[in-house]
Amino acid sequence: MKSKLLIALMLSSAAWAASAAAETTVKVGVVAPLTGPQAHLGKDIENGARLAVDAINASKPSLGGQPVQFSLMVEDDQADPKTATVVAQKLVDEGAKGVIGHLNSGASIPASRIYADNAIPQVSPASTAVAYTHQGFKTTFRVMANDSQQGKALGQYAVKLGKRVAVVDDRTAYGQGLIDQVVKAVKEAGGEVVGREYTTDKSTDFTAIMTSIKAKKPDVVVFGGMDPQAAPMVRQMRTLGMKTAFLGGDGMQSAEFIKLAGSAAEGAIGSSPGLPLEKMPGGAGFTQRFGEKFGKVQIYAPFAHDAAVVLIQAMLKAGSAEPAQYLPELVKTQIDGVIGPIAFDDKGDLKDGPVTLYQVKDGKWQAVETIGGPAAN
Amino acid sequence: MDVLLQQILNGLILGSLYAMVALGYTMVYGILELINFAHGEIVMLGAMVAVSVLALLTALGVPVPLALLAALTAAVAVCVATGVLVERVAYRPLRNAPRLAPLITAIGVSIVLQNLAMIFWGRQYLSFPPVLDIQIYEFAGATITNVQILIVAVAAVTMGGLLLLVQRTRLGRAMRATAQNREVAGLMGVDVNRVIAATFAVGSALAAVAGLLIAAYYGIAHYNMGFILGLKAFSAAVLGGIGNIPGALLGGLLLGVIESLGAGYIGDLTGGFLGSHYQDIFAFFILILVLIFRPSGLLGERVADRA
Repeated sequence: MKSKLLIALMLSSAAWAASAAAETTVKVGVVAPLTGPQAHLGKDIENGARLAVDAINASKPSLGGQPVQFSLMVEDDQADPKTATVVAQKLVDEGAKGVIGHLNSGASIPASRIYADNAIPQVSPASTAVAYTHQGFKTTFRVMANDSQQGKALGQYAVKLGKRVAVVDDRTAYGQGLIDQVVKAVKEAGGEVVGREYTTDKSTDFTAIMTSIKAKKPDVVVFGGMDPQAAPMVRQMRTLGMKTAFLGGDGMQSAEFIKLAGSAAEGAIGSSPGLPLEKMPGGAGFTQRFGEKFGKVQIYAPFAHDAAVVLIQAMLKAGSAEPAQYLPELVKTQIDGVIGPIAFDDKGDLKDGPVTLYQVKDGKWQAVETIGGPAAN
Repeated sequence: MDVLLQQILNGLILGSLYAMVALGYTMVYGILELINFAHGEIVMLGAMVAVSVLALLTALGVPVPLALLAALTAAVAVCVATGVLVERVAYRPLRNAPRLAPLITAIGVSIVLQNLAMIFWGRQYLSFPPVLDIQIYEFAGATITNVQILIVAVAAVTMGGLLLLVQRTRLGRAMRATAQNREVAGLMGVDVNRVIAATFAVGSALAAVAGLLIAAYYGIAHYNMGFILGLKAFSAAVLGGIGNIPGALLGGLLLGVIESLGAGYIGDLTGGFLGSHYQDIFAFFILILVLIFRPSGLLGERVADRA
């Protein structure tokens, strides 16, 4: 496999040398769910990356003295771990030099092994699970804060609202991981975890656990899980007469949560990695450029845009689209992106990734505070 | 706040919902000795139809009581039609087949109904429109809402109505006769097919009501909601004594209360070793105990002496 790749590389560089005057094309993969319930978010990623690539192509870039154009190979992973590995292999086979994706941590993690085995750098614009960059691969990067940064922000904010914190998680990798970080941060900030309850990602009845939490008189309840559980949970809290603040991670910071919880959603606080679009350093300009071509930004477009910029800048700097050549440049990335300053730590995580807290006011999520991020330091 | 009282109340409300679904299992089992695994999906259909109709009508500006009535009617109509159709298509042709065959068919029907609902409504959750003005009452340190009171009241009324139907009407007598001995009942002039279809219709109507109540209580409906609910309700029916109508009521309430107390206290009892997501082990542990010492369930099984 490796030697085949090498031969292919040598052949392709020989082909480049032969067509010295002609423009070469470098293929970059973009993977996200483009069908199914998250299709709108996947399209957001594709469009964000496309905006970046079009802008770079228009600037007549050159790679090692050769004029070059970048083209996107777009694949649909259906937010499914199995499909993710299939399309990852396809991208590798068809000669992608780098990959922007995937959206879901559950897809990014299995696919990252395939990219790593073929030494192809992967920059995810959206996957937040800590495990993604902690597998020991040198090729995994992300331009979004991870769940450890998010859990820390949630825990710190919870203690600001009140010292007595109760936590609930849904026993999934995401929920449990997030709440573990919250618990740590709460203790560090001088708060007290007065109750830890568990549920599953299929439950709808939380009256029993909420009743025992109520008896412990917490000031704040933090939930690690997704919106189909968070919504009935906050409803049942309110019908038990609990006026306690309700916090959660990006799994519940969605429009769906407000729709399902109705009036009980009011006042709930959800965190999400990154800055709100209007607070991003390049947010206003991006919204305008994106709007002219593709319309409204969902969530991930600015992150996908910067992922593409980071990847291509590293190639241009190294003067080569060969992963072995440009990977060292990628590691050293130091740019001011749309989303803010981007640099990676030794794991490939975004350094000082900011996390923004939103609160439901009048049936809408509104940004209240950003924790962390280079801007704050 | 009185935690114990609140947990028991939580359990009784949850139990009322289980009991209403358990009735559907128990009635069919009483007559056919068939575990109708598709019954949980009928509840799901009831919830989905009710939520859809309610959302449509309230968006059109129809007054809330009228919209609720229409949603209930539509849910009952769809559930009864589906229940009777399932019996006619999937169970009647197998009535004299070995007992395992209709059981497998029931599981198949359950999967088919779930997937049809997924195709029709999609994978996302439906939300119950905010038409009910939820009032919270406090007494003796516990809280209860008007929706919860409604659930218990509706469960009590339907249960009473069902007992009256079975004990006091002509159809009820025909049902009991069919349950005792299908062949002899047929010889005595009971139209067995009609009675069985009626049993499915009544069970499905109860499922529709339960579906509406569940959607109203939790605020959401989903194509997948019937599976676990069906499993719990079936366990409740077995706990009370499958085939026995008061048994389904007792089993449902008991299961609800045990689950609530389990989830509420398991963490403290085991010093945090087992968390509240292990709530089900209490319920199923007690189910196993009951089955060891009273294999026919708490209130026995009227048809047990038949075999």
